[in-house]
Amino acid sequence: MEEVDSESNNKDGVSEVAPALIAVHPLRSSVAVALGSDLRVFDLLAGCAVSLVVDDSVSGAAFHKDSIRAIRFGANGKLFVSAGDDKTLNIWSPLSSSSWRCISTVSSEKRISAVAISNDGSYVCFADKFGVVWVVDISGFDTNQPLLDKRPTPLLSHYCSIITSLEFSPDDRFILSADRDFKIRVTNFPKKPLNGAHEIQSFCLGHTEFVSCLAFFQAQKYPQRLLSGSGDSTVRLWVISSGALLDTCEVATKAGLLEANGSGKAEDHGHAVTDLCTTLDGLLVAVAIQSLQGIVLLSHNVSAHTLTLAKVVSIEGEAFVPTCLGYSPSARELWMITGVSGLPGSSHPSFARIRVISGIDVEQDAVVLGDDKIPGGEKLLETLQGTASVDENAFVAAAEAVKTAMCNLLIKKQYSSENRESRKKTRNDRKLKQ
Amino acid sequence: MPETEVKSTFNKSTGLPRKRFYRARAHSNPLSDSHFPVPISPSHVDYSLHFPHFFPGSSKKIQFADIGCGFGGLLISLATLFPETLMVGMELRDKVSEYVKERILSLRVANPGQYQNVSVVRTNSMKYIPNYFEKAQLSKMFFLFPDPHFKEKNHRRRVISPFLLDEYAYVLEVGGIIYTITDVEELGDWMKSCLENHPMFEALTEKELEADPVVKLLSSATEEGQKVARNEGQTFQAVYRRIVPSDQTS
Ligand SMILES: C[S@@+](CC[C@H](N)C(=O)[O-])C[C@H]1O[C@@H](n2cnc3c(N)ncnc32)[C@H](O)[C@@H]1O
Repeated sequence: MEEVDSESNNKDGVSEVAPALIAVHPLRSSVAVALGSDLRVFDLLAGCAVSLVVDDSVSGAAFHKDSIRAIRFGANGKLFVSAGDDKTLNIWSPLSSSSWRCISTVSSEKRISAVAISNDGSYVCFADKFGVVWVVDISGFDTNQPLLDKRPTPLLSHYCSIITSLEFSPDDRFILSADRDFKIRVTNFPKKPLNGAHEIQSFCLGHTEFVSCLAFFQAQKYPQRLLSGSGDSTVRLWVISSGALLDTCEVATKAGLLEANGSGKAEDHGHAVTDLCTTLDGLLVAVAIQSLQGIVLLSHNVSAHTLTLAKVVSIEGEAFVPTCLGYSPSARELWMITGVSGLPGSSHPSFARIRVISGIDVEQDAVVLGDDKIPGGEKLLETLQGTASVDENAFVAAAEAVKTAMCNLLIKKQYSSENRESRKKTRNDRKLKQ
Repeated sequence: MPETEVKSTFNKSTGLPRKRFYRARAHSNPLSDSHFPVPISPSHVDYSLHFPHFFPGSSKKIQFADIGCGFGGLLISLATLFPETLMVGMELRDKVSEYVKERILSLRVANPGQYQNVSVVRTNSMKYIPNYFEKAQLSKMFFLFPDPHFKEKNHRRRVISPFLLDEYAYVLEVGGIIYTITDVEELGDWMKSCLENHPMFEALTEKELEADPVVKLLSSATEEGQKVARNEGQTFQAVYRRIVPSDQTS
């Protein structure tokens, strides 16, 4: 059984590895990083580390005990959520620059793989390892008051597929869910979501490998347009109301990573798209690809409905392959992180490295900032990376592990028939019968 | 399991495939991932392969789907009852779907011009329905004698569930009908309550059930149905229509 594999297989170490995540506050007041079970926050305005506060007033609240798989800010920056393998979702109030309080803890029956917050701040949704999306009503919460006992109710489900990404459309009319079975589902987000979301608007079908990420153009002008990235090394542009595919950009080929004839493709997933980020004006899209030291910028031609290569921004000197991207519209900065935690048998079990590209704009030239120029400086790096300077050896070892980790995370386990049989024999539910 | 040689599996006198060569495990686990081709999207379904009599050259689309069609008895009955309607059976077990395929091919040979509108695909219907059918494409869906999956923890393997009904509502046109029948009372109750509680389905009235010629086939057309009838078992059916939810965004 697929979903059981994804849980039980953690024993073999590989899939427990968690890629580092980054999120930038919408007003750029802070930057958050998740590495394993560790949540780290830096306040850019005050120039200091933020302490996270978990107190008794919130029942069951605790720091994460296992890998964090998803973090994100609410649209207005008044909320922050973190969730993952410990089957809990923490809602934080990032109001003060010196400390963030955990105002609610939501328990899930299964591990959490993705989260989303409605743009009006009324609902938090999360996806669990069984492909079920749950919704929690957080409307009317007061940042100073702990939210009372919030229970999730089931909203929709992808039948036994792991949901890799969850997004609300900019107008909150739809909730989108992407999975490892190449599907993107667009569901009408109902007025009363606690009764479930039954009306499917469309499916965006076209990817030929797992869908790894979804992104909207924040600009209200294109609430219908969706971008998706996939293990098939493409970024696709869709109309969500119909599921129509507008354009497919073979990013890995365009960036020169793959031969145009497609040789060396798919099999090793070496050029999977791992994350996507759109800029505020909707004209540029930043794309992170496995094996690419840097990012690809695509330009989105609004009237021609196309995605074309604008440029490849390379990162010289180190094997920096981003695992996650974050964008600050006000500063036109792209924040990137690479890293993993839980590396089996490594002398550097966890590792994170942050880089920033400034000048993400149509007119300007993108510049990869040196560590001395990074906003927040050495203090930020110390807080978010855990160390101001990253050991070169750790870096090289980690880069390879990041690649394996990302692939294991996203690709369905393929068992040989022999392996399949032997797994069946050792399955717990079979054992019980004997 | 070694593949059975196809040639030897036909009955010499009738030319029809022999069922015993296509026996497979009685129950299959829809949660395990087997390897079979899945169309990327409904526009990738190769109609000329399934309906060479009509394609290329037709703009018809599949309108009936028999989910977990087993040995295909229902499809065979519907084929002549609705000769202009394209229909497909979906079956997870490889050998069983192969049997249905051979059965249809021999019927086409024995009855020129007939059975051209039926076909079968081997797939996991619980995962890949959206890959085969567009929104509102289907007018009828059948779930006849589905596997009961008694244990509570296996309920999510059932082909009728609140979540899966969302997908069925998506592929069914408004007014389209979902037919279910079982000889397991508990499952019958389950299917009925799932449908009853879903905002996009409403029960057909007694009158409508009587007027619908398809309803009579539910208990008589399939192999499973005939087995139940032979043993004089009771059956439980639930037939529901796809409706527009009362409050569009409820
Ligand atoms: C008990 S049989 C009934 C067959 C047929 N409808 C009849 O009435 O004779 C249930 C069938 O559903 C098939 N099945 C179970 N799960 C399925 C799935 N997820 N997708 C397609 N077929 C499935 C099984 O392989 C089996 O042939």
